[in-house]
Amino acid sequence: MSELVLPGEQIHAQHVNLKLGPGLLQLSNVGQDGFIISTRAGELKHSANNSKWWIESNSRRYIPASQESVVGVVIARSGENWRVDIGSAHAANLDGLAFEGATKRNRPNLKVGSVLYARVSLAHKDMEPELECFDAQTRKAEGFGELKGGFLVRCSLKMSRLLLDPTHFLLPLLGSRFPLEAATGLNGRVWVNAKDTRHIIAISRCIEAVDPDGGGLDESGVKKLLGTMDI
Amino acid sequence: MPRPPSPSIPEKEFLFNALKQSLRLDGRQALEMRTPTLTFGPDLGWVECSLGKTRYVCNLICIHEIHLIVYLRVIAQVDGKMVKPPPERPLEGLITIHSEISPMASTEYEPGRPSDEEVTMTRMLDKVIRRSDAVDKESLCIQAGQRVWHLRLTIHCLADAGNLLDCACLAGIVAFKHFRRPEVEVVGDEVTIHHPSERAPVPLSMHHTPFCLTFAYFPDTSTPPVLDPTHLEQRLSAGLLSVALNAQRELCVVQKAGGVPLDPDEILRVVDVAVIKAKELDKIVEERLKEDFAGRNIEVQ
Repeated sequence: MSELVLPGEQIHAQHVNLKLGPGLLQLSNVGQDGFIISTRAGELKHSANNSKWWIESNSRRYIPASQESVVGVVIARSGENWRVDIGSAHAANLDGLAFEGATKRNRPNLKVGSVLYARVSLAHKDMEPELECFDAQTRKAEGFGELKGGFLVRCSLKMSRLLLDPTHFLLPLLGSRFPLEAATGLNGRVWVNAKDTRHIIAISRCIEAVDPDGGGLDESGVKKLLGTMDI
Repeated sequence: MPRPPSPSIPEKEFLFNALKQSLRLDGRQALEMRTPTLTFGPDLGWVECSLGKTRYVCNLICIHEIHLIVYLRVIAQVDGKMVKPPPERPLEGLITIHSEISPMASTEYEPGRPSDEEVTMTRMLDKVIRRSDAVDKESLCIQAGQRVWHLRLTIHCLADAGNLLDCACLAGIVAFKHFRRPEVEVVGDEVTIHHPSERAPVPLSMHHTPFCLTFAYFPDTSTPPVLDPTHLEQRLSAGLLSVALNAQRELCVVQKAGGVPLDPDEILRVVDVAVIKAKELDKIVEERLKEDFAGRNIEVQ
């Protein structure tokens, strides 16, 4: 069950343990409790028990939200920190110690232009976003960190959510043809790697072809497209 | 917003590696260009041009990669339609080209301050469309020294996926070919402009149709050049060579930007490739114009 909303509409979401996701904002200065409005146009969605609400829409520009995994590119070093481009309006900050096993002496060796898989740890509308490359509780990498080799594919935000959906056909289909690695960021960037250059090109073209913002191909279309490629 | 960072290390290494194996990211050959798609608007002289990947299976889909709207019209409506020519050229009409790359095209472009790409594009458009004498300026003269047509070409760039210049030139030249001006009658000093509903508007007289083709060269000289570079290829290239010529093998402009040294033989080879592509483009353009005019009613009932 979904409903289309426009920015500024009042959302009637109620739950004892309410959690608001991207696109929703609780106004505190209105006086009454729980006055929630939408800040984006899109489909209003909620979890099965009505506790989590969010808005889903397709766009190209990323707005950081806390706890989302993103793929970023290091653009500069400022003192202890790294500045990382994650496709949002402002570059994100990454603490030099926010890596597994990082100490003052033993820091990861990142260069300007390195690609990272990280999680947004702070996303406040008045502050620059902050990233971390480990799980804050266990201090283990959990797959986050620098991504070496491979290629960076850019797609729409909807496509990156589709790729993260375990029931989506694309990655299993490609995986049945050749072994591949992929790190999908919710910011519309996907890092992919495979042994052969042709395979990486095939992945990149398939992602672009399936992207609802571009080709919008379905499973049989992708199979046909793969047939035309020399892989 | 600061200028976006240059492409990341993996992107750079992968692209150079792939190009060395003569593989391109969109599956094209090195010297193959994206097929242009031309769409004409309701008005004459309104062209939308996109260089897209029409190369996918069955021609059902096409990803619009570059998107340009060109709006060509005669300036103002009532009496400003015609202007007094400058005294140094009393027999020639005026053509002005307005092109702006807005942030709509890509986050790379800022409003206000023109970027390097924009300056290059404006100058190249001026050379390819205006100074190559594609449009017969003398035919735009109505009364010597008194009244001439002033044509204004406005180019809006909607999305940038690399090689804006070629797309802008193609859109611009097709807009001129598509445009028709109202017929004018001069009796003595009396000038009558016939409304399109009275008499059919007349096409501009064109000397030739130049097309611009851009080749990208890479820092490693053993990598072959690529035609019609994508955004990433353009960003990582060490130099761009733009060749403007028409289907009759007449070279109009050769422009090279970037510091890669080139052999004279290499340039001749590139020009030979460009000639073939220009002929293909010419065919596509003529076909599309014919199709459009077949479905359009310009004659007076």
